Amino acid sequence: MLKIVKHILFIGLFVISATSYADAPLKVIIEGGVDNPLPIAIVPFGWSQSANVPPIDLATVIREDLTRSGRFDVMAEQDLPQRPQSFDGINFNDWRKLGMENILIGNMVLTDQGDFDISFRLVDIYRQKQIAGFRIPAKADRLRRVAHQISDIIFEKLIGIPGAFDTRVAYITVKEVKGKKLHSLQIADADGYNAQILLESNEPLLSPSWSPDGRRLAYVSFEGKNSAIFVQDVLSGKREKIADYPGINSAPAFSPDGSRLAMTLSKDGNTEIYVKNLRNGSLQRITRHRGIDTEPDWSPDGQKLAFTSDRSGGPQIYEVSLNGGQPKRLSFDGKYNARPSYSPDGTYMTLVHRVEASYRIGILDLDSGYITTLTEARLDESPSFAPNGGMIIYATMGIKGAQLAAVSTDGRIHQRLGLQVGDVREPAWGPFLK
Amino acid sequence: MLVRLLCVLSISALLFACSSDQVKEETPVEVEDLSTTAPDESADESGVQAYGTDDGGTSSFSELDDPQSQLSVRIIYFEYDSSEIRAEYRSVVEAHARYLIENPSTTITLEGHADERGSREYNLALGERRAQSVKQQMTVLGASSSQIRLVSYGEERPAVDGHDEASWQQNRRVEILY
Repeated sequence: MLKIVKHILFIGLFVISATSYADAPLKVIIEGGVDNPLPIAIVPFGWSQSANVPPIDLATVIREDLTRSGRFDVMAEQDLPQRPQSFDGINFNDWRKLGMENILIGNMVLTDQGDFDISFRLVDIYRQKQIAGFRIPAKADRLRRVAHQISDIIFEKLIGIPGAFDTRVAYITVKEVKGKKLHSLQIADADGYNAQILLESNEPLLSPSWSPDGRRLAYVSFEGKNSAIFVQDVLSGKREKIADYPGINSAPAFSPDGSRLAMTLSKDGNTEIYVKNLRNGSLQRITRHRGIDTEPDWSPDGQKLAFTSDRSGGPQIYEVSLNGGQPKRLSFDGKYNARPSYSPDGTYMTLVHRVEASYRIGILDLDSGYITTLTEARLDESPSFAPNGGMIIYATMGIKGAQLAAVSTDGRIHQRLGLQVGDVREPAWGPFLK
Repeated sequence: MLVRLLCVLSISALLFACSSDQVKEETPVEVEDLSTTAPDESADESGVQAYGTDDGGTSSFSELDDPQSQLSVRIIYFEYDSSEIRAEYRSVVEAHARYLIENPSTTITLEGHADERGSREYNLALGERRAQSVKQQMTVLGASSSQIRLVSYGEERPAVDGHDEASWQQNRRVEILY
């Protein structure tokens, strides 16, 4: 159990440890998938204490992960022709008759120490061969993560890129409490479970940004009646004010090595991009222009920054080398392109792209300069890549207010992440957990 | 809209009821003038009392409280993605600039806002540019830049929560706070 550290810093502002759970879990609704999803069956895991109910239904969590990805045709539990718990117990003919291609079987054992020992095998039905097999020891509070890790392995073995199920998402919620807007910085597992509150404030919070190791979050808080940038340790809740200059302090983004923070400051007259060295506090000014320059994002190699600038009139995407030189304009398609974010492999960028009167999530191909629109709504914003580059999470306007949604990079898979109370916005997909 | 405007007016009147003591101390001559030339009856006629300095526990008021004055206009609205001050607000900015010149110890905050469309960080910058544009106009007219503080909330503090043009119009604004 984590140590609870709770500070009350200002009236209406609470820093909360990672053990403070949010009241409403995110609910995921799948709205589309690939044309030929891969058939797979997830057999309920064997359980050593048959007299008791297992603490978690691993198979159901894995089944939901794979279904949500839109890339698998997951057999419903009631349709399983048999429930083998070992390779030898698999009746391959029964599965072949149903057109099944892959099955997952496994066991969970309660150890003498009260921990758990989980083993599983992913089996190719046609070749009658094991594709992957692992044994994972786990404490009780890690069982859900183990299920996501198994999903990640299945995804990587069958789709060819690492899965991003065992990851987390940070976001901002806003709800009315006694006529006041309560802003809350939260993190949840990528499937919406395990939502935890990191900070609550009566003043606006925005722009959460993960450190590359997933241990810290940078964000903007208006608690001092002006924007300021903070970095908070996710586990302990301890936080530090990083930038509180006169004017705007916003848009923090960690460098890929975690040692520097790019940010937008207007202390020198108008919004410019700066890079702050988090070790020695030194500040490097990157842009010099009387137009708006904001929303910096690091290229994966840490050599360049993409940003939004209206130096040519409306907002467009530019890229500048940290070693100097003139910013280069990257987006030419449309009158409004903003909030750039590089794909993990650096070949694409996701952005907010205006199409007529609608703001949508787009993908800019850095090779061709062409922008593809991925979403269809009116007020989409804040796109953020999953660490495997396969999905983009973003905020959209639902019937009940702002909510989160995700779309695959190819635009074929759409998910909506519903939440019961208030607005949910500004998702930031965290890195792979180590 | 009218109701909203009245709310804004009465809220600012209440605020100024509190700050009018300060104004009195800093500019005794002007307040004295008002008290001799403006008896209670004319205050009734001008409607100033309707916006109640009563709650503030003081009977003095300044030009800022006068709903007939351009100074009572405390919100300047903007076009989409623009920080240009529309012609209709020029006299408002002038009136506030003049007040700042006449009351050099008074400071104001210009709070810049944007509508919800597009990206939040860009809107934060846009809100600041709107506030800067008002500040620049005021300083050109002779107000001291040390009298004017800027803050941008971008789209984080909408005046109206709707998701249509009517709401957006009211959210693209600079609020002048004394």
